Amino acid sequence: MKRDDTFSARLMRIAVPIAAGILFLLVWETFVTLREIPRFVLPAPSAIFDSLVQNFGSLMGSLWVTLRVTIAAFLLAVVGGVGLAILFSQSRHVEMALFPYAIVLQVTPVVSIAPLILIWVGYDNVEFALLILAWIVAFFPILSNTTLGLRSADHNLRDLFRLYGASRWQVLTELQLPSALPYILAGLKISGGLALIGAVVAEFVAGSGSGNGLAWRIVEAGNRLDIPRMFAALFLLSALGIAIFFALTLLENRLLRRWHESAVRREG
Amino acid sequence: MSAAGAAAAPSLIELSGIGKTYANGTVALTGVDASVREGGFVSLVGPSGCGKSTLLRIIAGLIAEDRGKLGWPASGARPHDVGFVFQDATLMPWASVADNVYLPLKLKGIAKADAGSRIAAALSRVGLSDFAAAFPRELSGGMKMRVSIARALVTEPPVLLMDEPFAALDEFTREKLDDDLLALWQAQGFTTIFVTHSIYESVFLSERVLVMGARPGRILAEIEIGEPYPRGRDFRESARYVEICARVSAALREGAAI
Repeated sequence: MKRDDTFSARLMRIAVPIAAGILFLLVWETFVTLREIPRFVLPAPSAIFDSLVQNFGSLMGSLWVTLRVTIAAFLLAVVGGVGLAILFSQSRHVEMALFPYAIVLQVTPVVSIAPLILIWVGYDNVEFALLILAWIVAFFPILSNTTLGLRSADHNLRDLFRLYGASRWQVLTELQLPSALPYILAGLKISGGLALIGAVVAEFVAGSGSGNGLAWRIVEAGNRLDIPRMFAALFLLSALGIAIFFALTLLENRLLRRWHESAVRREG
Repeated sequence: MSAAGAAAAPSLIELSGIGKTYANGTVALTGVDASVREGGFVSLVGPSGCGKSTLLRIIAGLIAEDRGKLGWPASGARPHDVGFVFQDATLMPWASVADNVYLPLKLKGIAKADAGSRIAAALSRVGLSDFAAAFPRELSGGMKMRVSIARALVTEPPVLLMDEPFAALDEFTREKLDDDLLALWQAQGFTTIFVTHSIYESVFLSERVLVMGARPGRILAEIEIGEPYPRGRDFRESARYVEICARVSAALREGAAI
């Protein structure tokens, strides 16, 4: 009985938003058709779909560029964020010296740093500049979450490790990093989304003609008043964001399923 | 547990004039003298803030005393292996029961393959052989505490230090664990120092109760229980037990009145 309940509840959780989405698209389509709204103001969903199919090759190429920058920036943010947090946990002085500057990097709007980075890196290396900018945005949540996580190891367990003469390395790998894992994963989820935002914003700033990711497709389509194509690119960007979020949620559940309260499935 | 007579054997732990003042000026302990025989079972009982946990941590070497001397006459120095059980089970939630028990051996660099039989033996001692693969969150409070005891005993330490280990458990579970702890102590012969705020528990378990008072933390009285082991329900329900509990209680009240 309980099983059926949870199964139907889960089905509803998926079915209800899908039904709402279909309804929304139908209303949109009908509204645009009946009111004869011009395509360059608001295209019908069918027109957006047609555009997606027609421009599939170029849009997929752009999706790949944006995805590549996002993933590379994200992975480097993980390495940099976790690495620096570990360094902080080992040396209070390093943390005191560097943490304020990490905050400066975080609170300065990335849009305002972008022109400088583009000049330094050069317009013939735009993708590298995008990577740096997306990294700056994505790096901080991982750094701050990991720093917090490494500090929140149970103090009695710390004493126990000390009692058994554990080395610094053992304390780090056997106690601090596992304790920090839920924090790190929460940081990854924030950073995954931010890496995409960083990549897109940076591309907007880099301007047309210099990039060829999805953001550039949106700018280009806007300049030509090809609104269906603009929507198609927008749709792909959303899909990419959702895919990143789900992938990281899946990873989180996988790693924490057996032990952490946040991922444990409860009965009833 | 040497062949020499108990009277002649040097004590394992010798505390003389131990004092500790924390950085904020709190005098946690002052003038603590006590000795614990090898293989003995001593309880520290007292109200919160009497420094009993501080004393236990000094014996463990987790904090340093600032006055007096902590000596180990029988062994010459603090043994390499000291088992410690905290008030909370203090298990690693990400590791299975077996991996939690494996921790002290792992930190000593013993490979898991070589530790298997010792882990199994430790788990069987506390009656948790069937739960090796379980995770801490799947266990009850009493079972978690058993894992904690198994972990403390896996290195077969000569000394077991326990800091209010059963305080958070219900009365029924606590009595069961008290019984099991005594059985383990008798079978293994490790020296036990047991911190508790329960008079009944301290009298039931130990050979000797050190009654402690607060502000400043010090020893008010030493009460020999003088009751043979094994102890069980008979002792718990005897007039003698009630009488000794009353004596410990009176010693605590005297200390509080000063």
